[in-house]
Amino acid sequence: MDLLNGPWRRELGRLPWGVVLLVCAIAGFGLVVLYSAAGGSLNPWALKQGIRFAILLVGALALALVPPERWLGWAWPIYLTLLVALVGVEVAGAVRGGSQRWLDIGIMQFQPSEMMKLAIVLVLARYYQYVPKGYESRPDVLLPALALIAMPVGLVMLQPDLGTALSILFGGVVVLFLAGVRLWLFGTAAAAVAAMLPIAWNMLHDYQRKRVLIFLDPESDPRGAGYHITQSKIAIGSGGLTGKGFLGGTQSHLDYLPELHTDFAFATMAEEWGLMGGLYVIILYGMVLAWGIRTAMNAKSQFQRLLSLGLIATLFFYLAINMMMVMGLAPVVGIPLPLISWGGSAMMTVMILLGVVMGIARANRPRLD
Amino acid sequence: MEFSRRALLLGAGMATTGAVLAGRMAWLAVFEGERYQLKAQENRVQDRLIPPRRGWIVDRGGKPIALNRPDYRLELRPAEVENLDAALIAIRGVIDLDVGEELRIRDDCASQPSFMPVVVRQNLTWPEFTACNVRLATLPGVTPVQSFSRFYPEGERFAHLIGYVGAPTPEQYREDRNPLLIYPGFRIGKDGIERHEDKRLRGVAGSSRVEVTARGELVRELGTEADRPGDTLRLTINRDLQNYAARRLGDNSASVIVMDCITGDVLCMVSMPAYDPNIFSRRVPAKLWNALQTDDHTPLLNKSAMGLYPPGSTFKMVSTLAALEAGIDPGETVGCSGAYRLGNNVWHCHARRGHGGVNMHRALPLSCDIYFYTMGRRVGIDAIAAMARRLGLGQEYPLPLPGQASGIVPDKAWKQRRYKQAWREGETLNAAIGQGYIITNPLQLAVMTARLASGREVMPRLIADGKAPEFPSLGIPESHLAIVRQGMIDVVNAGFGTARAARSPIADLMFAGKTGTAQVRRISAAERKRGVIRNEALPWKQRDHALFVAFAPADAPRYACSVILEHGIAGGKYAAPIARDVLSFLFEPERALAVLPPIEAEAARARAAREASEAAASIATETRQMMPSWLKLDIQPPQFEIEDPDAPQPPREPE
Repeated sequence: MDLLNGPWRRELGRLPWGVVLLVCAIAGFGLVVLYSAAGGSLNPWALKQGIRFAILLVGALALALVPPERWLGWAWPIYLTLLVALVGVEVAGAVRGGSQRWLDIGIMQFQPSEMMKLAIVLVLARYYQYVPKGYESRPDVLLPALALIAMPVGLVMLQPDLGTALSILFGGVVVLFLAGVRLWLFGTAAAAVAAMLPIAWNMLHDYQRKRVLIFLDPESDPRGAGYHITQSKIAIGSGGLTGKGFLGGTQSHLDYLPELHTDFAFATMAEEWGLMGGLYVIILYGMVLAWGIRTAMNAKSQFQRLLSLGLIATLFFYLAINMMMVMGLAPVVGIPLPLISWGGSAMMTVMILLGVVMGIARANRPRLD
Repeated sequence: MEFSRRALLLGAGMATTGAVLAGRMAWLAVFEGERYQLKAQENRVQDRLIPPRRGWIVDRGGKPIALNRPDYRLELRPAEVENLDAALIAIRGVIDLDVGEELRIRDDCASQPSFMPVVVRQNLTWPEFTACNVRLATLPGVTPVQSFSRFYPEGERFAHLIGYVGAPTPEQYREDRNPLLIYPGFRIGKDGIERHEDKRLRGVAGSSRVEVTARGELVRELGTEADRPGDTLRLTINRDLQNYAARRLGDNSASVIVMDCITGDVLCMVSMPAYDPNIFSRRVPAKLWNALQTDDHTPLLNKSAMGLYPPGSTFKMVSTLAALEAGIDPGETVGCSGAYRLGNNVWHCHARRGHGGVNMHRALPLSCDIYFYTMGRRVGIDAIAAMARRLGLGQEYPLPLPGQASGIVPDKAWKQRRYKQAWREGETLNAAIGQGYIITNPLQLAVMTARLASGREVMPRLIADGKAPEFPSLGIPESHLAIVRQGMIDVVNAGFGTARAARSPIADLMFAGKTGTAQVRRISAAERKRGVIRNEALPWKQRDHALFVAFAPADAPRYACSVILEHGIAGGKYAAPIARDVLSFLFEPERALAVLPPIEAEAARARAAREASEAAASIATETRQMMPSWLKLDIQPPQFEIEDPDAPQPPREPE
């Protein structure tokens, strides 16, 4: 209850308002892109996305006021709840879009795998908080940590949702890396993964294999599944240095670009704003990421360090995979571009993520009073 | 500190990734930008073909024979249709498709190469067409097409001459990859003049640049280049005459050709029965195709150009001229007893009791075989063959027809070449009366008659472009030609002529002609003993061909005509009246038209009877409903059984 009775004015003043401004700048640009994607109309996307962003921003700021140590206590319950929910998705989830991702809990549909991206970082940070220095790589310490990662990853793979599974895996591995697990272990693991690839290939679903194959050679299927990548590259490439101008995109407005408002929003943006628009988004996000890294390095406890940088790495994973995908450097995996792509659940994940990191930044701000 | 080091390492990784992304984007947008701009342009801007309208075909007076009618149709291209079932359901929401049509569409989609368009429905009404345009615009691969379809107002009467149009074959498209060839509704000539003159009639396609969405919806037009329609082709044909001749033939399997003796203009070139080119230009039902193929009247064969027949007695003018050329006195008399002996064999005249004394002036009107055996034997085969070639037999003419049979004019060298045997004298006897190896097509007989009548080296022409040509003289003395012409006048007009039925009904106008009855069947020795069976009593296929060639007016020849009735029994009795009516149509059409009603009634009766018997006999074995849209006629001339060229002429019925 100290949250309600706490020193509000002071704590609000300690929030990193510069980052809030950056986030607003990115999301605002996202709204401009969605406005254009709808053919110069607030409906159906821009207005709703704006309202959603405003609400989630307030929520993120509220989360930022939660003292980071609270998360330490909630880490296990949150993780376990989500794990149970993931099992629930498997058992009772409604079938949506060919794979089970949603859990219908009466009033709303809840996507536990999305939240698990954050929870995996949280629980591993909690786990390593109490591991003494030098013990990180011992098998009896490492194996439970790996199990914590493997369980949700395995469950999400079963759905099947490769993108989210990779995202959870990435978050977990980054925390292990930051916690100080020996580097040669990562090297060995990478080698093992390379050796396992042929087996994994056999376990992939047909549509997933097709995506990988088409990523390797998009022109092999220009009318079918390679169409996404080809058209996206055409959109970005034809934008040139300064773009075709606001509302001037032909690839997006004449529907050559599929998913122009969701996964390929970056391409929609790049066609109209060109390289300049792309660099604007990359640089703004780079500043957010840099701030996140600085926050982690300034944090007092190992838990806060691991939590904040693990979350920032998860954000980075979103950004990198999405942009690589639209530029033809990664297969089409269905990961949206945070704050720019249309869609509530990704935005919610990212705003929660930012709220938690902002909370850590707030808590570690040098006290001036 | 360990954490900071690793955090910085991670940060460095992120920065590197960011730099790679920025670099990649710069590469796409700046260095490859032009290429992608071009691709975006290619996406957005589509060049849509505007197929050219096919040129009209008109007769010498400008009356249309083949023209274009607007046709609204719905087509689909299997290669672009993602889901045929879904597409058909969507189409059914707009126009009614019955089960048969749907089956045919599926059948076509399965059997054709997928780049060939499949007609969903043609002859859409305007409301249906607009409904398709509005409601099927976003269905990939399904296109409402406004095109022009070929229309032949005179139907089957011009089928063999003009031909018909159809879709290009898949092979044609694979060869030259011209996108016009797979443009929905585009047709090329498949037979006749349509096929031969396709390049002239086709025209040049235009194009319009349009901005389209990914689903093919038109956003706006950016510019058009109009198509250039094909040329109008004016023929030398007289449409009314052709119609009349076709109607006059009734139910016969026959050919009629009328030529201008001076200019060579072909005024009429009919081959009946025929097919309806309007049906052929759309899709031919398999049932109809089978019926046409099995019909013994060979409706798919252009008999005028491709049919081959022994000329019979119509060849006797050639023998006469060859004899005159060899210096034989026209007054010399040959005694005809009805039989001619050579070695151990006896050749017969058609008059069993003989004609008595026959000189050249009487030989043609009587068609006395004995006279021509005698004279033919005297001048020899090579002289006869040379004269036949001068008169235009044994050759193809430069006409815009996809096929012509050249026939055979035999001589000694030919026999040596073909059979590695020496010529035998008996063969000369047969050749002198137009039997044996000699074989001609109806067009050649018309040209022969035109040359006799005019004394000039007339060549036929079908396309009326430029001035009428002038032809050099044949080099045959006018006195010789006068004897032949007088003989032909007597054939029709003298009391003893064989073609008194062809006498002109018009006052002050005389026709001249020559009958021919060409034997088809072999007459066996056993049959000969029993006596020859009357032609009328024989099955149709074994009856003799009836021929007649004529020119008019007799004193100043202008028109030449040849008539051939396959298995028509006798030239004088059956072919000559047809020539008479066709020629009189040129001078007094009303009088000629008056003879039609009973003939057409009789033909309709015969046709109905035949159809009824066919319907009873037909068994539904054909599973295919429709023949492919690119159906092309590749018909070979039928091989008639020719009697042994060396066998002596048996006794037969008088002509």
